[in-house]
Amino acid sequence: MATVLASKQKVKKSSLAKRNLQKLLNNKLAVFGLIVVTAMILACIAAPLLTPYDPMKISLSERDLEPSSNHLFGTDKLGRDVFARTLYGGRMSILIGLSGAIGGMLLGVIFGSLCGFFGGTLDAIFVKIAELVSVVPQLLLVLVLSTFLGAGVQNLIYVFMFTGWVATFRLVRGRFFSLREESFVEACRAFGIGNLSIAFKHILPNCLGPVAVQLTLNTAGFILQEAALSFIGLGVPSGVPTWGNIMNAAKEIIVITQSPWLWIPPGIAIALFVLGVNSLGDGMRDVLDPSQL
Amino acid sequence: MSNQSNHTEILLDIKNIKKYYPIQAGLFRRTIGHVKAVDDVSLYVKRGETLGLVGESGCGKTTLGKCIVRLHRPTEGELRYRFDEDGEYKDLLSLDKKESFNARKKIQMVFQDPYSSLNPIKNILTAFDEPLRIHGWTNANERKERVAELLESVNLHADYMYRYPNEFSGGQRQRICIARAMCVNPDLIVCDEPVSALDVSIQAQVLNLMKDLQKEHGLTYVFIAHDLSVVEYMSDRIAVMYLGKVVELASAKKLYYHFEHPYTEALLSAIPIPKIGEKRQRIILEGDVPSPANPPAGCRFHTRCHKVMDICRVKSPELRPMKNDPDHLVACHLADTVEDIAEIPADAV
Amino acid sequence: MNKQDYILSINDLKTQFKIGKRVVKAVDGVTLNVRRGKTMGLVGESGCGKSVTAHSIMQLLPKAGSIKEGEIIFRPQNSEEFDIAKYRKTDKKLRNMRGRQISMIFQDPMSSLNPVYRIGDQIIESIIQHERISKKAAIKRTVDMLEMLSIPQADKRIMDYPHQFSGGMKQRVMIAMGLITNPELLIADEPTTALDVTIQAQILELMQQMQEQLGFTIIIITHNMGIVADMADDIAVMYMGKIMEFGAKEDIFLRPTHPYTRALLKSVPVLGNGGNDRLEPIRGTTPDPSDMPEGCSFMPRCDLATEKCKNAPPYEDVGNGHMVRCWYAKGGAANE
Repeated sequence: MATVLASKQKVKKSSLAKRNLQKLLNNKLAVFGLIVVTAMILACIAAPLLTPYDPMKISLSERDLEPSSNHLFGTDKLGRDVFARTLYGGRMSILIGLSGAIGGMLLGVIFGSLCGFFGGTLDAIFVKIAELVSVVPQLLLVLVLSTFLGAGVQNLIYVFMFTGWVATFRLVRGRFFSLREESFVEACRAFGIGNLSIAFKHILPNCLGPVAVQLTLNTAGFILQEAALSFIGLGVPSGVPTWGNIMNAAKEIIVITQSPWLWIPPGIAIALFVLGVNSLGDGMRDVLDPSQL
Repeated sequence: MSNQSNHTEILLDIKNIKKYYPIQAGLFRRTIGHVKAVDDVSLYVKRGETLGLVGESGCGKTTLGKCIVRLHRPTEGELRYRFDEDGEYKDLLSLDKKESFNARKKIQMVFQDPYSSLNPIKNILTAFDEPLRIHGWTNANERKERVAELLESVNLHADYMYRYPNEFSGGQRQRICIARAMCVNPDLIVCDEPVSALDVSIQAQVLNLMKDLQKEHGLTYVFIAHDLSVVEYMSDRIAVMYLGKVVELASAKKLYYHFEHPYTEALLSAIPIPKIGEKRQRIILEGDVPSPANPPAGCRFHTRCHKVMDICRVKSPELRPMKNDPDHLVACHLADTVEDIAEIPADAV
Repeated sequence: MNKQDYILSINDLKTQFKIGKRVVKAVDGVTLNVRRGKTMGLVGESGCGKSVTAHSIMQLLPKAGSIKEGEIIFRPQNSEEFDIAKYRKTDKKLRNMRGRQISMIFQDPMSSLNPVYRIGDQIIESIIQHERISKKAAIKRTVDMLEMLSIPQADKRIMDYPHQFSGGMKQRVMIAMGLITNPELLIADEPTTALDVTIQAQILELMQQMQEQLGFTIIIITHNMGIVADMADDIAVMYMGKIMEFGAKEDIFLRPTHPYTRALLKSVPVLGNGGNDRLEPIRGTTPDPSDMPEGCSFMPRCDLATEKCKNAPPYEDVGNGHMVRCWYAKGGAANE
């Protein structure tokens, strides 16, 4: 037997993850999204290498400069380099969007798994909470919470987590409801495998595809919301550069018409990143859809 | 071919099993009735035999099977099981936690749909790994060898263990499911329509494999199917179910030629036979199977029975042995069963 | 036999599907003659192309599928014969034909009816599609038809919605919809596979009764050899897009000649045999239709296969229109 097995070790193992990656790479939309997102994240991380300027450094001698070879995207009213601010702002915007979305996803996955698997009173309670969170207009909720908790990066992430778990929760719960009736789950029960193991080791991995798609959608959504909130001054304190905060300058008509370099770069950055994340999400949805080969 | 005469020891004694599902309605989910999926079924399964359960959809055969595997908890009744050949019978439903877990090893199940029976994201080795590990195969290499051995015993390559379910055809999947059920060395396997989702040319492969495994490992089967010809091929004894009750129980050889219950007769005559020249009398039953939430009074079959009498509408017949054959049980007022059908209240007729 | 005795003649029909870059030859040269007023059984396992053949006759193929070659000559009683394969899917001629001259009933009665319309309206719809008739007359005809199909209280039940009907009743409604326009040919694609055996017996009996009364032709598609033994006059056995054997019911059951037909008959348990005869399974699995073996498509699973089978065998008459596609059909090894 041992020799048989030894010879079989060489057999190429077909890995599901590998095959899905191959499928993802065959999907043009997803590849586009993946490239855009990766490039932008890398650029933001490598900001100190790409620009010599400090995004916070005020230089009154260089105020309101048009784009030039010195200042790629020009400077703002306080003489700060817009290119540097866009890169460093991206760090913060992406961090907020991504960590809000990941936090919300974790909450949604845990609550959704437990409710979907056990049902009953626990489920009824969480469904009501989820309904409550989703009947209040999200922007209003964010406004209330951010005034309540005060402006700040951390608080904004908490706010996004609090509003962002509902979609994932519903998704996971729904998948659990249908998956727990599948015969493979009954087979697990027939072996006496414990409930938590069935829920988290056997059922949950089957839900992760749609959850990942939801994660991209939430990330894109939160980045947009951060921009919107910061634009109206309720998001991140104005001292911290984020894409929304940079755009904040474009509140005056004169800026919009006279100094387009102040708002076009962060605007494009937001649009491009959101587009990239959404394409990646759409592509992933196609790849993970078992009905498409 | 079949080896029915030499097993006499009762492995599982099913006693008065009932499974009712509450029907809830209204704001406060008040229970307004029950679906009587299985209604007072008593059967026994002998060690090494195959007991066939046959009936149309909604007759409770699958529910009964899942009660035996303890995937459903019966509303009432006992499942008395003999763990060792000379041991005592114990009720599976009142075991303590540890005993109950160990008893899982003894009774396993093969499901109807080979496509949903395997977790799509786990390769075969992983799918087998956890059951083996929790039931005492602590060494990972031993587990791997066990999986290889099991796959080979169902005529599949050992290196298929690294593949994922979607790389297999329906027939191969069902063989993998049989191997999985066997991985903990069970005594009894409940097979719920194991071939009805498969193509005709594949069905025979799986049925023959199951017969071979039974002989080799001394397995006991409870074989559930709607297709009487498949059940007849596999079983030593057959129980015919209708609306949650067993209406007839006889040896497979006897059932076809010496059926007693009108429902069995109709079921047999309704099955298309791939043969010509034999003129069979077809009995076409009227109407549909009534809802198990609201079964008819008296004999449950009386609404569709072609031999219905007045008494059938008021008195439910008991499942009783035939006078000339104590192993042949029938629940019908017309059958010549052991106890007389005399004691009917005079005003009922 | 006179040409007019065949209501439908299919000659060398080839229907293909394009799935991504692969081409699947679902129907690969089917030749069939369907006798008028008789029942023809088309048997085979899933994926053999029996359903695609039926959908080709109706030209109801999904987008990816198309008829590549061959002709489907339909000979209605009171009008000119025509080649269905020559027309476009959307041609008026075919739209008129579907439901009026040829009707089809499908496997799953649960999803074949629209849940939001009343039963009666759905049947009446198929009359109004094809005939100028008053609503009142259409209702009357619907009720009469449902009564013929033994649906109790038909005049009340036409006001019901599909969910109020059981599976067997829905299939009766489907048959009613198919027959209400008095078609000459009824194609039944696995009409009873989703139903219980006692209900299946009801439906099959009903189809036979209706055929006796109305005289239409039936093509019944099934995987169940028992059903064709019960229902059919002629039987065609399909495998991998080709007819392997065709003949009268007696030819197929008493003198099965193609190894596949013989294997198929030996691989299903027959009621009344008990567990006595061990089944003889067909070894292997059906090949991938996009990657079919050269020569005889059954060769990899056939016990009689020899070198000769690497070339495609001819489709020959072995006597009285009993057609077989096998090198060993004529007095060869297949006859032992």
